[in-house]
Amino acid sequence: MSIPITHYLFVSAALFAIGLFGAITRRNAIIILIGIEIMMNAANINLIAFWRYSDGTRLTGQLFTFFGIAIAAAEVAVGLAIVIAVYRVYKSTNVNEVHDMKG
Amino acid sequence: MILKYLYLIPLLPFLAAAFTAFLKRDRRRLSSGTVIAAMAISCVLSQAALWITITHAHHDEVFRFATTFEWLKTGTHSLQLGLILDPLSASMVAMVTFVSLLIFIYSTGYMHEDKNYTRFFCFLSLFAGSMLGLVLSNSLVLMFIFWELVGVCSYALIGFWYHKPSAAEAAKKAFITTRIGDIGFFIGLLYLYSNSGNLVLYDPKSSLGVLDPVNLLKLEHLTVTLPIFGVAAVSTVIALLLFCGTIGKSAQFPLHVWLPDAMEGPTSVSALIHAATMVAAGVFMVARMLPIFVLGAHHDELTTAMWVVASIGSFTALFAALIAVAQNDIKRVLAYSTISQLGYMVTGLGLGSVAAGFFHLITHAFFKALLFLGSGSVIHGCHGEQDMFKMGGLKKAMPTTAWTYFVGTLALAGIFPLSGFWSKDEILLYAFHQSKPIYIMGSIAAFLTAFYMCRQIMLVFFGKQRSHEFHPHESPASMLWPLRILAFFAVSLGIISCPYFKENLFHHFISPGHHGLEPSMTVMIGSTVIALTGLLLGFLMYGRSRLVNEGKDPLKLVLGPIYTLLENKFYFDELYQNTVLRLANFLAAVFRIIDQFFIDGFLNIVGFFTLRLSSFNQWFDNFFINGGFDKSCEKILETGKTVSGIQTGKIQDYLRFTSLGIVVIYLFYIITLIIQ
Repeated sequence: MSIPITHYLFVSAALFAIGLFGAITRRNAIIILIGIEIMMNAANINLIAFWRYSDGTRLTGQLFTFFGIAIAAAEVAVGLAIVIAVYRVYKSTNVNEVHDMKG
Repeated sequence: MILKYLYLIPLLPFLAAAFTAFLKRDRRRLSSGTVIAAMAISCVLSQAALWITITHAHHDEVFRFATTFEWLKTGTHSLQLGLILDPLSASMVAMVTFVSLLIFIYSTGYMHEDKNYTRFFCFLSLFAGSMLGLVLSNSLVLMFIFWELVGVCSYALIGFWYHKPSAAEAAKKAFITTRIGDIGFFIGLLYLYSNSGNLVLYDPKSSLGVLDPVNLLKLEHLTVTLPIFGVAAVSTVIALLLFCGTIGKSAQFPLHVWLPDAMEGPTSVSALIHAATMVAAGVFMVARMLPIFVLGAHHDELTTAMWVVASIGSFTALFAALIAVAQNDIKRVLAYSTISQLGYMVTGLGLGSVAAGFFHLITHAFFKALLFLGSGSVIHGCHGEQDMFKMGGLKKAMPTTAWTYFVGTLALAGIFPLSGFWSKDEILLYAFHQSKPIYIMGSIAAFLTAFYMCRQIMLVFFGKQRSHEFHPHESPASMLWPLRILAFFAVSLGIISCPYFKENLFHHFISPGHHGLEPSMTVMIGSTVIALTGLLLGFLMYGRSRLVNEGKDPLKLVLGPIYTLLENKFYFDELYQNTVLRLANFLAAVFRIIDQFFIDGFLNIVGFFTLRLSSFNQWFDNFFINGGFDKSCEKILETGKTVSGIQTGKIQDYLRFTSLGIVVIYLFYIITLIIQ
């Protein structure tokens, strides 16, 4: 292919950083979940890029990505459930207010 | 065969004493029974030992059985102890056990009402064991150990009724006075040790004992230069130092002052210790060590040491007899009489004859014990009265006591054919031949002895009963039988030293091969006449005197101020009190001040500094160690608190740290790759 793999890796790395930045910085719990999703997708891009630039006989990359997507979906479901449970107790989605486990 | 068991003779009384020491006060029969049984066995063994010694006696040689064993080993030297059985120790041990046995039996009656009966018999037995050990010991060290032991027992027994202040004082006086003599004795022992190399008397194995011929030969020619006296023979110095012990223990002048006060003890004690045995220990020691005293004498001459001994002895004999004449207490008379007779014994030894001095020791033991026990019987019968001028006419109430007392008096006065005659006469015989002044002093003392004894008999047993406060009664059988037995011996013992019997048996026994002096009819008649004169004078003065019936002493009128001098014992106690004792008290006060001021002060300062140091230590400990430890723990806690601040509870913070961690790990990985 004419586009070198590093382009895709940079994209993946940039996406990961953006996702990480969002997960670390934002106050809203749902935005943190979105950030985590972005990180997950970045990892998927990484996987697919390596698959695409391999000899293509093995489908390991694709499979790994499918598993990742499925798990991400499950994880989002669980995460949203936790956010709703937390919201019911703390009446807020601001993660900075949930610090009872400090010490 | 019995020689193997010789050690039992002193050991059995010791064991009895140890056993009795643990008995309760109400086990009276058991205590006296044990003690008497032990002494009886010792008595039998001693008589057997005596028998062996008699049958083994050779013609010119002394039978001597000696054992030694090592006690203290210090490098190459060792201190040896041992036992010896020879005529001297055999006869002494036979006498001591027999007389002790009789006195023990007597004490069961005399001390019957005393609450401390058990303690009394314990001490009596301890004393008897020590005395027997002293006699049988073959080593001067062992002898000194027992010497001090008998002194301690004497202290304990004189002060038996310790609640009486006079008895406690008398016990102290006895012990301290004899201790003063013992200083000289001990120095003599050390000097002898330095010259002879050991302190064993007769060593059968190496013949290097102090009294073996080898050593005597060595000592004979040694001389030493003393500061005041110039050149003196070593043997003289040793002999005189050893004699110091005798001056103390046997109450010679000037250390005689303790014996009359020792009469504070029970009469059995006075009889046993201060008449028959302990005071005789000093005489026995001189008899034992006589080869050293005699060293250097040529042909019946007297050495310097012997002169000193004989002079002190005869002076004591006369001095004490004079004082005895003016005493009112029945036991004091006998006490001074004992001092006087000890003087005789010492004189006899000083004049060179072991047989003479020692025989008088044996006979004196019997009749003096008899007299003391008799006086005890009198005191017991008069319910504690001891002043002769308050007695009188006791012959009717106490016949047995009376006749045995008469026998004792006649023996003491030296009337033919009682034992005292033979023994005293032999001493006077030696004195007659060797030193007329000593003979004269001895004779005057004999006269006074007869006089004061007759005075005593007249005052106590004859005449009218002067005091009506008490009703005298005879003593129980346990007290009378010893009196009878002792009286028998007082009469009959003379025969073994009678020069006309076979050849003086006793003399031959004690010092075979040593020819004694020919008996002199002059001396014998002379002493009999003197004794009878004394008795007669006593009878005339005190037998039928109006003054006596009124309770006054006719001698006071005759002698006047001299009587006061005699009655107050020549003021010797007062002299000692004002000189020696004052010095001792002064020194004691000085030392007390030094102790209080300097030593206690020093100790207080040391204590003060110790306290300061300890409080500083406490502060240091608190501040640095506790403080330091506490602070560091606080710091750790703080650090912990601080570190736990990382856990804010906010998820995003955790996420931040996690991602930071991942980056760091990744960087490490890259760097290691780059380095490769």
